[in-house]
Amino acid sequence: MNHADAAEKFNKDFDRTTWHDETLWWVRQKRDRAAFAIPEWEALRETASQIKHNVLSELDNYLIEFEKNAQKNGITVHWAADAHEHNEIVLSILKSQGVTQMVKSKSMLTEECHLNPYLAENGVEVVDTDLGERIVQLAGEPPSHIVLPCIHWKKEEIGVLFHKHLGTPEGCADPILLTHAARENLREKFLTRRVAITGVNFAVAETGEFVVCTNEGNADMGAHLADVHIACMGIEKIIPKREHLGVFLRLLTRSATGQPITTYSSHFAKPRAGQEMHIVFVDNGRTTQLGREEFRNSLKCIRCGACMNTCPVYRRSGGHSYHNAVAGPIGAILAPNLDMTKNADLPFASTLCGSCSNVCPVKINIHEQLYEWRQVLTKSGHSPMAKTLSMKAMSAVLSNPAVYRLSGKIGRFTMANAPFVVNNSLNPWFKQREMPEPPKESFGEWYKKNRSE
Amino acid sequence: MKVGLFIPCYVDQFYPQVGIATLQLLEKFGCEVSYPAKQTCCGQPMANSGYEHLTHDCNRLFISNFSEYDYIVSPSGSCVLHIKDHLHDDKREVEATHVRTHIYELTEFLTDILKVENLEAHFPHRVGVHQSCHGQRGLHVAQMSELVAPPFSKPEKLLNMVTGLELVKLDRLDECCGFGGTFCVAEEAVSVRMGIDRVDDHVKNGTQILTGGDMSCLMHLEGVIRRRQLPIKVMHIAEILNSK
Repeated sequence: MNHADAAEKFNKDFDRTTWHDETLWWVRQKRDRAAFAIPEWEALRETASQIKHNVLSELDNYLIEFEKNAQKNGITVHWAADAHEHNEIVLSILKSQGVTQMVKSKSMLTEECHLNPYLAENGVEVVDTDLGERIVQLAGEPPSHIVLPCIHWKKEEIGVLFHKHLGTPEGCADPILLTHAARENLREKFLTRRVAITGVNFAVAETGEFVVCTNEGNADMGAHLADVHIACMGIEKIIPKREHLGVFLRLLTRSATGQPITTYSSHFAKPRAGQEMHIVFVDNGRTTQLGREEFRNSLKCIRCGACMNTCPVYRRSGGHSYHNAVAGPIGAILAPNLDMTKNADLPFASTLCGSCSNVCPVKINIHEQLYEWRQVLTKSGHSPMAKTLSMKAMSAVLSNPAVYRLSGKIGRFTMANAPFVVNNSLNPWFKQREMPEPPKESFGEWYKKNRSE
Repeated sequence: MKVGLFIPCYVDQFYPQVGIATLQLLEKFGCEVSYPAKQTCCGQPMANSGYEHLTHDCNRLFISNFSEYDYIVSPSGSCVLHIKDHLHDDKREVEATHVRTHIYELTEFLTDILKVENLEAHFPHRVGVHQSCHGQRGLHVAQMSELVAPPFSKPEKLLNMVTGLELVKLDRLDECCGFGGTFCVAEEAVSVRMGIDRVDDHVKNGTQILTGGDMSCLMHLEGVIRRRQLPIKVMHIAEILNSK
C-alpha cells in the first residue's frame, strides 16, 4: 500500500489521528523547550553538521583508524556490504557459540536489515529489550518511530497485549504496573541469554570505542550479562574524536525527546575478561548514497527522530504509512536509495514545508532533498503515465499565454454555469473542500479594462 | 522605480481582488507598476511534482515578461520562492539572474524595499495570520518556531500598522496548512486533515478574518471553512493592508 492510501486509512479514525498528532506535537514542544534553554543551540547544530561533513569526506580513513584501534582493544571487527551479509555475520557468531536465544537492545540498523525475521527463520529467538520495541515485537509489528517505536499504541491497548502475553490482570492499563511486568519478564531473559546485540550511536575513530545511548539501561544489562556482545552499526555513525561527543550528546536527546541527555550514554571500549566483543560495520547502500552529491548529507543523520515529531504529515499518517524501517521525512530521503521502485511514493508524502530541515540537529536539508528525489524519480521513469501526461498538458497550457487565458475563461465559465463538472466525486479537492467561487473576470481582464490605455 | 506585477495564475483566475489590492497598494507608495499581459505561471506545479524539466518554456516566458523591471513583486510567497530557487535559462542566464535576485513577495517588498512605516489603513476585526511555509522558511518573511533565534514577522509588522485590527494568537504559530501544491489532491486525506486542524486553531482563538501572504494556502483553508460552514472569512493580506 502506498503512503497516500495508508494515510487515508489512518485518517478514517478522526479522534485517533488527533491523539497521534497531539502526542508527537507534545514531544516537539519538549524539544523546543530544551533547545531554547541552550543559547548556542544554532552554533551547536552548525558544528555538528560540519563535523559530519568532515566524516563523510574522510569516511574511509576514519573507518580504518577505528578498525585499527578497536582491534588493539580486543574487539573483533566485521564488514558487511549489505543487509544479507550483516545478517549472515550475526548468525555465524551465534552458531559459533551454539546459541539459539539472545537479547537485543534498540538498533534501527537491524530493523533496516530485517535481522529478526532472518534469525527466526534460522531458529534463533530474539527478545527485544527496549520496552517500546518489546511491545511492537509482541504485537508482531515493526516500530512506527525510530525513537518511540510504539508511539502509535495507547496504554489500554498495551494492557490488553500484556494480559495476553505476560499475564497482567485483565483491564490493567497502569503504565507503572505494565512496565513492572515487562521488567520482570525481561529480567529472566537478561540473566539467561549468553549473547546480546546492541546498536551504536557513535563510534570514535581515535579510540576505537563506541557509545550506546538508552534511557532504560537495557543495552547495558544485555551487554554486561552476556558472554558475547555484538554491536551493529551503519558505517556513517563514525565520529573522529571523543571530544566530538560533547557536541553530539548535547544535541541528540534534546532533539529527540527534550531531555538534556539520555539516562545512559555507555562507552564500550574493550571486552571484559572472558567476554567477546564484535562490531559489524554495514554499508547497505550508504556508499551509493555517498556518491549521490545532492543526497550525501542524508548520511549525517544521528537518528534523533526530531523530523518525524515536527512533520505535520507524519503526525497525521503514522510511521507505518511510510513502509520503511525509518519513517518520516528522513526515511523518505533514505528509502529511495535502497529501492526506488518500492519507495517512489515517499518523497511525495510531504508538503515541502521545511520544518524538518530546521529542527534537524545536523542540519540536513531534508525538504530540498525531497524535492530533488522527486526530480530523480520522475526522470528515471518512476512516475505514473497519467501524471506525466497531465503534467505535459499543464506545461503546454501554462507556457502559451493565449491558450492559458482561453482555458481560464472556459474553466471559470464552466464552474459558474455547470458546477457539477468539477463538484463531483472524481475531483479529490471537492471530497472534503469547496471549490473557489469563480469571479466574473480575471485580474488580467480587469487590468485591461481599468489600466491599459 | 519600475515594478513588474506578477499575479500568479490561480490568483489571476480566482482572486482578481487580490491582484487589484496589490496593485493599488504599490501605486499608493509611488511605484510605477505594470502588469505584463503575457504572464501565466511560475512553473511550480510541475516542478514540485517532479517535472522541473518541463518548466523550461514557463521559465523563458517569465524571463521575457519580467527581465526589464527594477523589481518584480507578487502577492504569493510560494511562487516567489520558486522563481528565486529555480528560474534558469541557458541562453538568458544574466536576465534570469536579475529576475531571481529582484523578485519580492509583497510584504517583504513593503517592509524591506519601500520601508513602509505607516499605512493609513483601518480594519476593525480580529485577524488570524496563517504564516505560509514558503514565505516563512523559504523567504524568511517571519522567524520560524524551530530556530533558536529572535522572533520577527514582516506581515505582522504591517498588520500592526492597521488601526482597529487585533491580531489573534494561535496555539501553533507556524504549522503547515496542508496545501502543498499537488499534495492537496495526491494526499487528499492528510491535506484536508491538516487544513481542518489549522482552521480549528483559528476558531478556538477567535479569528474573524483569516489572512496570509499566500492565496494558495488560503484557497485550501477557505475550501475547508466553507464546506464546514464556519464563521470565518478569508482575505489576502493585501486586501487588509489596502482597506480604508
